[in-house]
Amino acid sequence: MSTPSHFDAGIYRSRKIKGNIGIVLSMVAMVIGLVFLLWILSILMFKGFSALNWGMFTQSTPAPGSEGGGLLNAIVGSLMIVGICTLISTPIGVMAAIYLSEYGDRSKFAAVTRFVNDIMLSAPSIVVGLFIYAIVVVNAKHFSGWAGTLALALIAIPVVVRNTENMLKLVPVSLREAAFALGAPKWKVSTTVVLKAARSGVMTGLLLSLARVSGETAPLLFTALNNQFYSTNMNAPMANLPVVIYQFAMSPYENWVNLAWGGALLITLTVLGLNILARVVFKEKVAV
Amino acid sequence: MATFDQTDALASHRQKVIRTQRIQDFVFEKTSMVFAMTTLVVLLGIIGSLVVSAWPALVEFGFPFFYTIEWDIINSKFGGLIAIFGTVVTASIAIVIALPLSFGIAVFLTETCPMPLRRPLGTAIELLAAVPSIIYGMFGLFVFAPLFAEYIQPAIAGSVGQIPGLGFLFTGAFNGIGILAAGLILAMMILPFIASVMRDVFEIVPPILKESAYGLGCTTWEVVTNIVLPYTKTGVVGGVMLGLGRALGETMAVTFVIGNAHKLSPSLFSPGNSIASTLANEFGEAEPGLHYSSLFALGLALFVITLIVLTLAKWMLLRAEAKKGMNS
Amino acid sequence: MNTTTPATEVQNVLEIRNLNFYYGAFQGLKNVNLDIKANTVTAFIGPSGCGKSTLLRTLNRMYDLYPGQRAEGEINFNGENILNPKQDLNLLRSRIGMVFQKPTPFPMSIYDNIAFGVRLYENLSSSDMDDRVEWALQKAAIWNEVKSKLNQSGLSLSGGQQQRLCIARGIAVKPSVLLLDEPTSALDPISTGKVEELVHTLKSEYTVVIVTHNMQQAARVSDFTAYMYLGELIEYGQTEAIFMKPTRQETEDYITGRFG
Repeated sequence: MSTPSHFDAGIYRSRKIKGNIGIVLSMVAMVIGLVFLLWILSILMFKGFSALNWGMFTQSTPAPGSEGGGLLNAIVGSLMIVGICTLISTPIGVMAAIYLSEYGDRSKFAAVTRFVNDIMLSAPSIVVGLFIYAIVVVNAKHFSGWAGTLALALIAIPVVVRNTENMLKLVPVSLREAAFALGAPKWKVSTTVVLKAARSGVMTGLLLSLARVSGETAPLLFTALNNQFYSTNMNAPMANLPVVIYQFAMSPYENWVNLAWGGALLITLTVLGLNILARVVFKEKVAV
Repeated sequence: MATFDQTDALASHRQKVIRTQRIQDFVFEKTSMVFAMTTLVVLLGIIGSLVVSAWPALVEFGFPFFYTIEWDIINSKFGGLIAIFGTVVTASIAIVIALPLSFGIAVFLTETCPMPLRRPLGTAIELLAAVPSIIYGMFGLFVFAPLFAEYIQPAIAGSVGQIPGLGFLFTGAFNGIGILAAGLILAMMILPFIASVMRDVFEIVPPILKESAYGLGCTTWEVVTNIVLPYTKTGVVGGVMLGLGRALGETMAVTFVIGNAHKLSPSLFSPGNSIASTLANEFGEAEPGLHYSSLFALGLALFVITLIVLTLAKWMLLRAEAKKGMNS
Repeated sequence: MNTTTPATEVQNVLEIRNLNFYYGAFQGLKNVNLDIKANTVTAFIGPSGCGKSTLLRTLNRMYDLYPGQRAEGEINFNGENILNPKQDLNLLRSRIGMVFQKPTPFPMSIYDNIAFGVRLYENLSSSDMDDRVEWALQKAAIWNEVKSKLNQSGLSLSGGQQQRLCIARGIAVKPSVLLLDEPTSALDPISTGKVEELVHTLKSEYTVVIVTHNMQQAARVSDFTAYMYLGELIEYGQTEAIFMKPTRQETEDYITGRFG
């Protein structure tokens, strides 16, 4: 097609060039992002894999300077802390989400709560650790797994609330209306009809909050602290993967650094696995 | 409901059921409301406990604490400027680098990317955003720092550092750690997060508006810069600020590579400290007294700064969401 | 050079030959053959899902934005086949403009809305641009209503005004053809009337193709009408003929409101 005579060919050419540059730049940005992802994952695989042996899962963390050792106490500790955290934060988060979604349409209070919740979603986790230290550790006069669990719960709850509320809002109004038309009281509609309909979405929220807290280090630094030995006593300092990794990585001992990479690989696989599982379970948009 | 015959027993039974239901509803509503209040209570609790624990330091040093360059543990003289400076500068570097890259990724995912690749690549970016910060920290210390020291730092000093007037930014030994290194690792960390938020915001633009621009013969780039960006302005800024909020509060990614030095130097190559890294390093062994409460004062400063940034961010994102409703 | 051209000879601006269109596996258009004549208004009518919008959107290759949608066949625009993969789409769309179902003013001032398209192709001085903007707004019969507020956002206008703004925007780049996709479906009756008047005046300089689900509008506004059903072109001819004396039973059924 020939350009009409009143068109300026120069403008057209430069537009085309600019457009192509723009497209290329966007591709470059994407490639850079992917390169980072693959780089980090491959380093993790490479360095962490060499630490993966049976001993890592059967022995506890070694004393400074001693050989070998594993991460058993840290793994068990993390499982307990994160597990109990999920048990605490999920019901609280789900109930809060039910309130916001089913009862919170008209009140200012709900709007404010929602706003604050979303801010806390991105709040600095180390400050949460300080908070729990000040009110739990100081009063109990010792560090504990419970303190660590509480700190993680404060981080997990906003994740559960945000995701659960999003899922509840997806349940069509007509479903609720049908239940009301049968004469069901509101609380029954919310818990049996709506919650059930959003079941897989709630599951997603749970998985995502689990993934989020599994990797958190800062809140545990001054709450659960760490424990060189194997212990299942939640009322005392408790070993956990993130803090062990932090300590070991910055140390001069080779076996410690090695174990740190192994632990890092474990955490990353867990977090990524949970995220992928969540996206497979429910294919909607998720918030972390 | 007297439209049909009821025996008295049946009627009173129904009354009882209705009354119980009403009580149940009331209890349920109030209970769930209490749960909903947890985050509010926690927010206020955090501020309260931080203020209380920081009080001795605030009383001793007053407001000047926040702009004093001093961190003498032995003589109990503390000032927050080193840490605040480190926090703000590393976060700023991170935003400056991450912003154009996230923008490029968001444009790619919404406009340029071939359809079958869109979901997997979008998921890849979201997975990158889920990687815990301690991993970035380890990556930074063991992989990035040596490369930074050997290749990148000399390159920067040799090129940008030669520009008259900018040399002071790049002086000092090439040891791979420091403010710039921490800023770069932080950039890698918040990049996927901002990209995701921007992508979500770009998807709000109604297709018919983009088609109107294409219909005039616009190229994809022109549609993005002339239609998508102005339309999503507020949301984009909100997304960037959300990323900033996260960067300010980030601990592990920064602590590994910032160098943990209580020095304030104009050079980006020099080691420094951020609020989060100071807390991570020193809180464990802080003696009760001014050291302890100064650390809390730093924590309070961090919390307040991030609170302000995140509030602005959320407010902007809410305004952008509202637009979606208006145009559907 | 004008010699004795027969009075009835009108050029074909667009010649559609054996056009088939697919949304993935679903066939949206079946073997459509149609000529659009210069300086006329052609209407595409038919019940929902008959393919009239699909057909319109092949004319400026708007479907190209969506992978999975493809067209086969030929569409000759002044002799050149625009379905050719080598066709420069930006250039094509500068020659064949489009106005959509809902008004879509860009998030900029009224002046910039019009100038935007022009700036893509022409390097006009600011006074020339002012003239062009005024010309386009005059042609769209909206100049008097906006001349005092050219700097206000396009979004500040009423729905009907916004749609006329979009028409002005399309005219400003001086295309040969204007495609209107149900342009009044989102407008009130008075604005609809104004747009229909506009279409009448535009045909002296442009070729207009309009998709409408409103038969009466087609009857009022167009010179030629194409009736479509389930992706096929059932009947095409002069509007009066189609509405008074349709040759196909299906056409008559639709016209008389027996269905659709």
